[in-house]
Amino acid sequence: MIKFHDVTKEYGGHRVLGPVSGRIEAGGITALIGPNGAGKSTLLSIVGRLMQPTSGGASVDGLDVRTAPTRELATRLAILSQEHRLDARITVRDLVAFGRFPHTQGRLTFGDHAHIDRALDFLELTGLQHRYLDELSGGQRQRAFVAMVLAQDTEVVLLDEPLNNLDLKHAVLIMRQLRRAADLLGRTIVIVIHDLAIAAAYADRVIALKQGQIAHSGTVEEVMTAEIVSELYETPVRILEVDGRRVPVVMP
Amino acid sequence: MIAAPAQQRQAAGARGPRPWALALLAVGTAGLAVASLFVGGFDIDLPGLAADPEQLRQFLVSRVPRTLAIVFAAVAMSVSGVVMQLLTQNRFVEPTTAGTTQWAGLGMLLAVLLWPNAPFLTRLVLATVLALLGTLAFMAIIQRIRTRDKLMVPLVGIMLGAVVGAVSTFLAIEFDLLQSMGAWRSAGFSGIVRGYYEPLWVAAIVAIAIYVLADRLTLAGLGRDIATNAGLDYRTAMLLGVSAVALCTGVTSVVVGFLPFLGLIVPNLVSMLMGDDLKRSLPWVALTGAAILLLCDIVGRIVVAPMEIPVSVILGVIGSAVFLAIALRGRRAG
Amino acid sequence: MRLALVWAAALAACVLFLTLGIQGPVEYALTRRATVLGAMVVAAFAHGVGTVLFHTATGNRILTPSIIGFDSMYTLMQTLTVFLFGATAIATSESIPKLLLQTGLMVAASTLLYGWLLGGRRGSVMMLLLVGVVLGLAFDSVSSFLQRLLSPTEHDILSIELFGRISAVPVEYLPLALAVCAAVAVVVWRRVHRLDVLLLGRDQATCLGVHHRRELTVVLLLVAVLVAFATALLGPMTFFGFLVATLAYRLAGDHRHRAVLPMAFGLGLLALALSQTVMEHVFDANGVLTVIIEAVGGIVFLVLLFTSRRAL
Repeated sequence: MIKFHDVTKEYGGHRVLGPVSGRIEAGGITALIGPNGAGKSTLLSIVGRLMQPTSGGASVDGLDVRTAPTRELATRLAILSQEHRLDARITVRDLVAFGRFPHTQGRLTFGDHAHIDRALDFLELTGLQHRYLDELSGGQRQRAFVAMVLAQDTEVVLLDEPLNNLDLKHAVLIMRQLRRAADLLGRTIVIVIHDLAIAAAYADRVIALKQGQIAHSGTVEEVMTAEIVSELYETPVRILEVDGRRVPVVMP
Repeated sequence: MIAAPAQQRQAAGARGPRPWALALLAVGTAGLAVASLFVGGFDIDLPGLAADPEQLRQFLVSRVPRTLAIVFAAVAMSVSGVVMQLLTQNRFVEPTTAGTTQWAGLGMLLAVLLWPNAPFLTRLVLATVLALLGTLAFMAIIQRIRTRDKLMVPLVGIMLGAVVGAVSTFLAIEFDLLQSMGAWRSAGFSGIVRGYYEPLWVAAIVAIAIYVLADRLTLAGLGRDIATNAGLDYRTAMLLGVSAVALCTGVTSVVVGFLPFLGLIVPNLVSMLMGDDLKRSLPWVALTGAAILLLCDIVGRIVVAPMEIPVSVILGVIGSAVFLAIALRGRRAG
Repeated sequence: MRLALVWAAALAACVLFLTLGIQGPVEYALTRRATVLGAMVVAAFAHGVGTVLFHTATGNRILTPSIIGFDSMYTLMQTLTVFLFGATAIATSESIPKLLLQTGLMVAASTLLYGWLLGGRRGSVMMLLLVGVVLGLAFDSVSSFLQRLLSPTEHDILSIELFGRISAVPVEYLPLALAVCAAVAVVVWRRVHRLDVLLLGRDQATCLGVHHRRELTVVLLLVAVLVAFATALLGPMTFFGFLVATLAYRLAGDHRHRAVLPMAFGLGLLALALSQTVMEHVFDANGVLTVIIEAVGGIVFLVLLFTSRRAL
């Protein structure tokens, strides 16, 4: 379970987030939605201890992310940030193998290779596993990073816009794998996402941020209403029901 | 770190400096120039100038050229800095951090090696040509490489300058010119007399040309796509800008020596006050540069009188301190 | 496999360097050559390993560690010595305490810089580099002024100190130098896997449970120790480490530090031993070794800059 309380983040006196408090229950997929600059990535980075909050704090499974040893946190929490830089020539398989680092500190066992194989297979990367990352397309590279995070095999997985650069097929592929990880393995997945249709199709819960505040929080059915979404994005949106699912549609 | 303060600068620019501020700066700079005329080993004062022909001769042969040289060199280097920062869209680029000065130094050395008895003009031309080639190479490199971090650009330029500097040093060792090369690298105005400083007028003229071309250079700095879209011949504008910088740097290096940091700190100081519009900021840049260099030179003449500390040493020490203050201030604000 | 080949070649070059064309008393010649070889081992290790570590810590493969001002600080220290105490002082003052003092000063200065610029909430490696560079330029301008005031004789003696002098290292320094390298090697080897993770950048390294800032500080301190010590012992070398590291990335065929680091070390040794042998026996030229290697390194740097399509 993830908890955060009174979290704020300021840059040079300008507040971009908070104060926000809340909790995300264990299990299931939670989507963070909201307009640009609402503080979604900031909140995710603070929970994933990539960023220090100006005030307030966050905990994962009762571990305070600011004070708990980062090595112990890495066995419980994985986060994929938006930008991945890489200068070394690394193959896809080697990158995914890094996901095992928190468990092995670099010495891979037979079991680790099984994890790596499974993560590669999940993201349809087995055929690409010996290619170098700098030879891949943006979408293929994005999948490789997601595979690394899955290979890390943690209770909590935080993903910041993992569908960037992906076509529909691979976006759906990743969301299905996340759904499977949540359903079969009981993982807690939090995902920053812009595509509302995909969010509505795969998430269990939605947290909507606006101007650094949590505007709404609840199940997909509670938050994905025409009124809330239109107000959130200041854009008229209608919500259709297709086979019992919410589908947001933009009104021209 | 670099982008964020832009907003503050924009805000400051929109407010604008008060109209009389530029006049005040001009008066201050003129005051320093007058002070520079009357400081030095040989006592000169106004009544003496009128009465004593020897004083007048000294004044015209040594003091006036020296002061003019300082002003022109300062204008040349600060304007070069602002143009390079505009063209590369990078706040940390100037002739020293792009390797331009090192190329000019190599040119000077080659001229001395190849044609030891050739006139002064040969050195000037060769220094400028190599400075131009080197700067074009630098521009080509930074356009090829996509870099995440803006600070990478000056670091690459400094490495490039280090390679060229190493070649120069090697040649200098082979031909036993090391100490004289050291003398060029350390800039000073003590040897400036009439008949020696005149090439610096070129730098002054180039500065005026840059003022005329300011809008085009600003547009070119926004990148090839935007410039072409706006109907500007990007390559020509870029070439003009780089040539101007090479000419300024070449002339200054040959006549005076290397003036580190001036092109870095002056544009950054001015930009903090009034934003980045070249046409508006150029007079400020020129005057501020002249004021700083005059001040450094006067300090260098007074501190250990009757000896002199070369201006480049004072500039190097003060300049690095100011630069660090600017960089770290940006870091806090960003 | 590749590593074994490179090391075999490096060892062969060492043997060749030790034994080729010995004239006169064998023992004397061997001792002299072994001393030079020892200096080469130190140079290859310090610059090769130091540069690879520096690249990993700073997240690029184009800079050299001396860019942050080690060379300039060393030059300033030596220039000041000559300026204050005269040319004879620099020759007579050569001793282990002076070596340690100079290394200590350089390491202390860089530690201050690291603590200042990597700490806090907005620590930035690039800012660290730039501040180092700017301080280096300031040191340079003071050095070049002081050098102008020296007499030509003093200047000549100083310039000998300021260029790489692998063939003139006193034998007494070697045990200490090799011990420093061995100590650094142990520390590096213990964290060789964590170094791999650092390649992924701050966010991913943190995500994988590596305390990024602490690792970064440790790695940069190791770099400071290696480069400062090598500079104080052997004189400034700017591009040698760059040359060796660049080749090592190409030849290692593996991004892992456990492959790249020994490769860089081996290649450095191979390059130094081979070119010194060739210099002495083919061109009959002695002492210009570092100048040549620096020139090759500088050229490789330029070629890489002009041909690299990859992001920096």
